[in-house]
Amino acid sequence: MLHIKCPHCGIRSQNEFSYGGDATIKRPELGKEISDQDWDNFVYNRKSLRGKHWELWQHLSGCRQWIKVQRDTATHEIFKTLKANEEIS
Amino acid sequence: MTQSFRLESGGLINRDKKISFKFNGKNYFGYEGDTLASALIANGVHLIGRSFKYHRPRGFFGAGVDEPYAIVQLYRNGETEPNIKATEQELFEGLEAKSVNCWPSVNFDVGAINNFLKIFLPAGFYYKTFMWPKSFWYKIYEPFIRKAAGLGTASIKHDKERYEHKYEYCDLLITGSGPSGLASAYSAAKNGAKVILAEDKSRFGGTLLTSDVNIGNQSGKEWADSIVSELKEMSNVTIKNRSQVFGYYDHNMLVMSERISDHLPKTKKYHPKQRLWYIRAKEVLISSGSIERPIVFGNNDTPGVMLSSAAKEYMKVYGVLVGKKPLVFTNNDSGYETAIEFKKNGVDPIILDTRKEPQSEIIEEAKNMNINIRNSYVVVAAQGYKKVKSADIAKISDDKEEIGSVENIKCDCICVSGFWTPTIHLASQSGNKTKFNEEIDAFVPGVSKQNEKTLGAANGIYTLEETLKDSFEKGNQISKEITNNDNKVSFPNVVEKKSTIHDKFWCVPLPKGKNYKRFLDFQNDVAVSDIEIALKEGYRSIEHVKRYTTLGMATDQGKTSNLNGLQLVSKIENKVVPAVGHTTFRPPYSPVSIGAIVGREVGKHSKPTRKSPMHSWHEKNNAVFVDAGVWLRPRYYKRGDENLFEASKREAKNVRTNVGVCDVTTLGKIDIKGPDAAELLNRVYTNAWLKLPVGKARYGVMLREDGIVMDDGTTTRISENHYHMTTTTAQAANVLSHLEYYLQLVWPELNVNVVSTTEQWAGAAIAGPKSREVLKKLFPNSDVTNEGLPFMGYMEGDLFGVKAKIFRISFSGELAYEVNVESDYGYFMWEKIIEVGEEFGIQPYGTEALSTLRIEMGHVAGSELDGRTIPYDNSLEGLLSKKKDFIGKRSLSRKAFAAEDRQKIVGVVPLDKKTSIPEGSHLVKDSNAPLPNPKLGYISASCWSVEHDNPFSLAILKDGKNMIGEKLFVMSPLKNKVIPVEIVSSHYVDPKGERVRS
Ligand SMILES: [Zn+2]
Repeated sequence: MLHIKCPHCGIRSQNEFSYGGDATIKRPELGKEISDQDWDNFVYNRKSLRGKHWELWQHLSGCRQWIKVQRDTATHEIFKTLKANEEIS
Repeated sequence: MTQSFRLESGGLINRDKKISFKFNGKNYFGYEGDTLASALIANGVHLIGRSFKYHRPRGFFGAGVDEPYAIVQLYRNGETEPNIKATEQELFEGLEAKSVNCWPSVNFDVGAINNFLKIFLPAGFYYKTFMWPKSFWYKIYEPFIRKAAGLGTASIKHDKERYEHKYEYCDLLITGSGPSGLASAYSAAKNGAKVILAEDKSRFGGTLLTSDVNIGNQSGKEWADSIVSELKEMSNVTIKNRSQVFGYYDHNMLVMSERISDHLPKTKKYHPKQRLWYIRAKEVLISSGSIERPIVFGNNDTPGVMLSSAAKEYMKVYGVLVGKKPLVFTNNDSGYETAIEFKKNGVDPIILDTRKEPQSEIIEEAKNMNINIRNSYVVVAAQGYKKVKSADIAKISDDKEEIGSVENIKCDCICVSGFWTPTIHLASQSGNKTKFNEEIDAFVPGVSKQNEKTLGAANGIYTLEETLKDSFEKGNQISKEITNNDNKVSFPNVVEKKSTIHDKFWCVPLPKGKNYKRFLDFQNDVAVSDIEIALKEGYRSIEHVKRYTTLGMATDQGKTSNLNGLQLVSKIENKVVPAVGHTTFRPPYSPVSIGAIVGREVGKHSKPTRKSPMHSWHEKNNAVFVDAGVWLRPRYYKRGDENLFEASKREAKNVRTNVGVCDVTTLGKIDIKGPDAAELLNRVYTNAWLKLPVGKARYGVMLREDGIVMDDGTTTRISENHYHMTTTTAQAANVLSHLEYYLQLVWPELNVNVVSTTEQWAGAAIAGPKSREVLKKLFPNSDVTNEGLPFMGYMEGDLFGVKAKIFRISFSGELAYEVNVESDYGYFMWEKIIEVGEEFGIQPYGTEALSTLRIEMGHVAGSELDGRTIPYDNSLEGLLSKKKDFIGKRSLSRKAFAAEDRQKIVGVVPLDKKTSIPEGSHLVKDSNAPLPNPKLGYISASCWSVEHDNPFSLAILKDGKNMIGEKLFVMSPLKNKVIPVEIVSSHYVDPKGERVRS
């Protein structure tokens, strides 16, 4: 079980969180024309990366904030966590 | 009955307390402090089971967790448990155990023909033998395997025992209470660190209990006892016996199973049987010791062949002789310690040492005791079927390739020592890349990945002095960094006998013309020949060899077999062992009961049970409840001897003709506030929301980004910037997360707050043509006429002094209202509704009637919004705004979603107007078409239409738009039903929707 540092609450156990997928995906702007390919990339196509990965988690049983977590998908090492409004650097 | 193998004195057992027990139906006795294994051996019982594959007789091989075979079925206090190691099970009064893997009995075993039909079960036998013909699998192979194999039988009774879970945090977790565990725990504790010390056996001390050493002025055991009693007094130390740390998981979390009551005849009141500890440790010190390795020789699985360390433990801890004519077969000095112990107890052993001229203090002592030692000797094969009767022994050449002439000597046990294998399971599980240590021919932990260090024998350190020194130091260092204290412990004087190097010999060659089975893996019956076949057949990776032959699998996880298996593969492949590499060690290190893993989250405790504030009223009025997610909801209210069908029909009919009331508290409710609330709704729902006036409700559908319907419900504008959203019971939590996702991550510029208010409101739906009459009585001061409160209108009202929200919305398709009051007034509201509704014939209705009403009305619910349908499929396309964008809109123009013959919701009526249609059935054109019969659609929901008094179903049907009027067949292979049906509109009642507006 992972130990995740919520930027709002501190270190908490994984079972308080739910997983939200790739944090680098940007939702296309509303009302803007978009090709089938680009839309499919947004909705479906994800890389299954081995190694460092920015992903979303929601602190469901805590502050209910969505947070960004940089985790190594192979080793589960967590390098950094950010608030929802903080940019991934 | 006498215990013919019990020593006159000695051991750590309590000889004043006799304990009687039963094994395979026979009565025996042992002493308090015995294990089932030690008590059986004391009674001269060596045959405990049959092996997994060949059904060869099995005895005892180890004395603890290392035991690969002595697995029994245990009976305790009216319950039974499989997969219990006799070497670990402590004896208690009334214990009963039975052999496994043998049918019909341990002495006469049908499966043992496998042993004589050798060709039947070579490596990969499952894959090869049971491949063909397919029909044989169910009829012949499977029943045979099931009957003949397996490690016991799980109970099918409800387990009445309690199992606890505990979460714990500590500075240092130390796994094992041998010399390294005690020393490191002691120095860490002295620095004030929060320490957990876990020992899997009942006695603390590990090898200190059996080795002939002195620490300070005390014997090893006395020293261990004094350290343990000091640790027990310290408030910063938790010290647990019967506790196995079996898994090392991510972020330094380890799991330990504590067997609290398994050693007692029955669990004490208020005590759990077992407790599972989730321990998050800052640092972990692995002091799990090492396990003796066998040497491989012919028939080395015969009962009576066992590890020499186990033989010593049976003598020193339990006062039990494993044999009276022992042969000790060794490649190192450890075997001598066992031989010396035999000799001290008046038994004459013979030592066969594979080494030519070894010299050390220990060997010197053995010589001085006149123990018969033969150098450069090996056991070629054990003889005897159910117990060792003799051994074929021979001289071995210096290069270990040739054996001399074979001679047979009488013996009743063979104690074998092939040196020691560090127990690196936990280190390996933590992600530590282990490395091969040439000196000890075994893997040891390498570079740490998590915060773990390995001490003593588990790290390949085999002298007590070095182990203690290193462990005291590591315990001090690591704790110092956490607590900033530095209380040095003075290092005691250690007296131990020096040993010399071991011989790397591990496998005795076969004599010419003999084809003895030489086992590597005793639990899984993997012999040298099996590995040879696997390699001949082209398996190379050790992971593949493992799976093909089952080497190192199952509950044993290769404790005694791993290294010899690797030695063999590396020898055949002409590689060095580290190049072959070991297989991955999987948790659990040792079996853990399912009960412990599940803990208390069982049955009704697996999830919280949520009840509405009106629950007790429902109970008093004969409600029959149903689980709806985590909620308990009335399914129907039983009158007299009505069944579900009759009751729900009555309730639904009463709604259509008079008025009914339904508890809708469980609906998800989300409070939405902020200047951009309307904009949020406009993006989340598919229809337009910007112009909804205050005091009006609107039905909305929300999609996922992939265009699939996520949920539906009504949302009401309470005031300018305040909305009250309802969701389905099932999706309430998901919808809230969904909204939070968009507000926090996608559109943080929207100034909106959302919060769940599901539990804050109690809700009652009042539905039926007479519902307005009820409402008038409930709210005499409000204008609830069709003009004052039109369809989809909202107002606040005063319900006999209680503030209420009144929504004119309908799920039943009738004129209907939903009234919400604060939860604490829910019961009051409900009683008032029943009271004032009485004159109009009001009846409560449950979820079954609720379903009937919505199905015949063609309103979709969870069974249609099942994560596979888009708005069109549910005939909700009218709610798709063309003018604005919304979540998921872009996906709806994808080709499949826009296909001409896209699936659509329809109604289904059986032609005979009688036969009920099972939900989940398929719709087909031709009921006699060859299989697989093309499926056109499926039945999503079924009811008995109270309006038409015949069965009616909803279905999602391919090209549903053009299928109205078609005759099809409903097929339910599960229920073996074929029903001719007609496809009709999904709106079976009031298709124009006039009633809700009346
Ligand atoms: Zn948080």
